[in-house]
Amino acid sequence: MIDVQLDGVTHRFGDVVALDRLTLDIAGGTTTAILGPSGCGKTTALKLVAGLLTPTSGRVRFGGRDVTGVAAERRRAVMMFQDHRLFPFLTAGENVAFGLRMRRVDRSRRERTAVAALDRVGLSGLASRRPSELSGGQRQRVALARALVLDPDVLLLDEPLSSLDAHLRDDLRALLHSVQEERGITMVVVTHDQEDAVVLADEVALLIDGRLHQHGAPRTFFERPMTEQVARFFGRTNLLPGRRTPAGVQTPVGTLQVADGAPGGDDVWVAIRPEHVAVPAPQAGRQTVEGRVVSSAFLGTRTRASVDVNGWTLHVDVSGDGLADAGPGQRLTLELAPAALWTLPREPGRCGIEFADEGGMRPLSGPVSSVDAPPTSRWPSR
Amino acid sequence: MSSEAPVPGGWQPSRRWSLGAAVVVALLVLPFVPLLITSLGHAYFFPQLLPETWSARAWSRVLAADAATWPALRMSVAVALAVTAVSMAVAVPAGRVLATRRFPGRAGVELLLFAPTLVPAVAIGIGLHAVFVRLGLDGGVSGVVLAQLVPAAPYVILLVASVFANADLELEQQARSLGASWWRVQWHVTLPLVAPGLTVAALFGFLVSWGQYTLTLVIGGGRVVTLPILLFSVASGGDSSVTAATALFHATPAALALLLSAVVLGGRHAELGGAR
Repeated sequence: MIDVQLDGVTHRFGDVVALDRLTLDIAGGTTTAILGPSGCGKTTALKLVAGLLTPTSGRVRFGGRDVTGVAAERRRAVMMFQDHRLFPFLTAGENVAFGLRMRRVDRSRRERTAVAALDRVGLSGLASRRPSELSGGQRQRVALARALVLDPDVLLLDEPLSSLDAHLRDDLRALLHSVQEERGITMVVVTHDQEDAVVLADEVALLIDGRLHQHGAPRTFFERPMTEQVARFFGRTNLLPGRRTPAGVQTPVGTLQVADGAPGGDDVWVAIRPEHVAVPAPQAGRQTVEGRVVSSAFLGTRTRASVDVNGWTLHVDVSGDGLADAGPGQRLTLELAPAALWTLPREPGRCGIEFADEGGMRPLSGPVSSVDAPPTSRWPSR
Repeated sequence: MSSEAPVPGGWQPSRRWSLGAAVVVALLVLPFVPLLITSLGHAYFFPQLLPETWSARAWSRVLAADAATWPALRMSVAVALAVTAVSMAVAVPAGRVLATRRFPGRAGVELLLFAPTLVPAVAIGIGLHAVFVRLGLDGGVSGVVLAQLVPAAPYVILLVASVFANADLELEQQARSLGASWWRVQWHVTLPLVAPGLTVAALFGFLVSWGQYTLTLVIGGGRVVTLPILLFSVASGGDSSVTAATALFHATPAALALLLSAVVLGGRHAELGGAR
C-alpha cells in the first residue's frame, strides 16, 4: 500500500493559479475525496498525481519516493477520466487490454486477463461489444476494469459517479469499495458532490479556488467546518458575525460564550448547526436567546424552523414534533449551548455588519446572517 | 392512435433525404451525359439532339497506347500525390495546433490561410512566377508542386484543424495514464481517432491539385503537362469528340475517388475525429 503525498504543490496555467501550495497526505490503502466546486483545481490535482501535468513548484511523492519528474506511464498510478473515456475504435475487451498491450504483454495472456477483469466488474460476455453498444454504467465498469488490469498502486478517479443514475451509483460505489478491500489500492476521487465524497471516502479534502480549505474525516466537515467557505459549501450552518471581547463573543443576537474558539483575530463567525440549536424548558444557567418564528415545516422525523432573533434569522432543526405547534409569529426561547458553538475566522467588515467604535452593532442589510442557499455552491440539493 | 402515424401524403424524413440526395447526384452526374454523348458522336452538329452516327474514334485516340493522355495522367497523379503529401505533412501539426491551442495572433493566422482562396490564381501565378524564375524553379515539376500548395494547403489545414477540434483528445491523456508512451499514444490512439477525417482532408488536397490549371500553366510554362493542361490544348485543337473524351478521362478518377470516399465514410461521418 502506497502513501501519496503532495508537498506544497502549485500549478499555474499562464497567469492563472489552478492550485496553490497544496499539501496533502493520503494514507496507503485509503480513499480520499477531493471535493470542490467546478474550476477549483480538483482535476488539476488529480493530473499532477497521475503525472499528466508537472507542478510549477512542489513535490509529489509515492511511498516516500519523489515521483515529480516521473512520466505518467511509469508511475503505477492510473487515472480514470471523467465520462469513462473508452477508445471508440476498440471493443470493450480491447479497451481493457490496452494497458497490457502498452506493456507488450502477449496477445493470448492479455485477452485472458481482460476477460477475467470484465468478469470481475460484472460484464461477462461483453468483451466484443463496442463502447457505443454499451450503457453508461457498463462503460464506466469497462473503464474501471481497464484500470484494474494494470494492478495500479494508486487509482485516480475523476467524477466516477457523476454521469450515472442513482442505482448505478450505488452499484459502482459498492464495486469500488470491494475492489479496494481486495487490493489495498490507494484511491483519490475527485467530485463536486458532497454525498459522493462522504460515502466514498475515508477522508475528504475540500478545495476552493485552488486552495485546500479543510482535510479530515467526512463528519468533521459537517460538525466543525474550519472556514466560512467550508461552512457555506456544506450548507445550512448558521453563521453569525461576531467580535471577541473579554466577556464573550459579541454577536447581533447577544454576547455568547463559545467553548471551542479558533485561533486568529478578534473578528469571527460564530457557527452552530441547525440541529444543535435546542428549544429547552425554561431553566436558569443556560445560554438562551429570544426569537420569533418566521416559518416552520414538519418533515416527519424533525421540524425545521426559521426563527428571527433580533433581526437575524437562525435555522433550527428539532427532532420529532418539538416545534409542531410553533406557528409564525410565536415567541420562542432558543438555547445556544457553548459546546455547540464554534468560531471561524472572519475578514473584518464582511457580511452585512458594521461594528461601531463603542462596540454596538447593527445589520446593514436586514436579516441575512445564516446560510440558506450558499452563494459559492452550484450543487443540486439531494 | 399513435402520434407517429404517417400523415397521408406527408413527407417522411427518409424520403425527403433521398430526394435531396437524388438532386445532388443529378447535379453532379448530368453534366457528364452530354460529354459522354459528344465523345461517342460522329458528325454531331447543332441542332441535333443526338448524333446521326456513333463512333468510338475519339476514345480509341484518347486511350491509344501512345496517346498523350497516359504521360499526362502519370504527371497529374505524381503532382497531386506530392501536393497531398506535403500539404498533409504541414497540415497535421498546424491543424492540431490551430484546433487545440490558443495563442496570440491565431485569428490572423486563420485569416492568412484563407487569403489564397480570395486572390485569383492568375495573380498568385504571375507573382510566384517572378520569384520562381529567380530561384530556377519555373518550368519544373517541383515548382508546380510548390505553386499548387498555395491553394491546396489551406484547405487541407482547415479540414485537419476541424478534425482535431472535433476529436476527443483527452483520450490521449487517458492512454498516457494507462502506460502508453508519447509515440505509442500517437500510433495507437490519435491515429485511429483522426484517420477517417485525415483521409477526407488528404482527398481534398488531391482533388484541388487534380483540377488545377492556371498555376500549372503559369509555373510549368507548358513543360509540365498534367491532364488539365492536355485538356486545354486538345480543346484548342477543335475536335469536340476528342475533347469530350479527354475531359471524361480527366474527371472520372476524381469522381470515382469522391464517390468511394462518400460510400466508405458516409455511414461514419459522425465518427470523423472520433465520436464521444
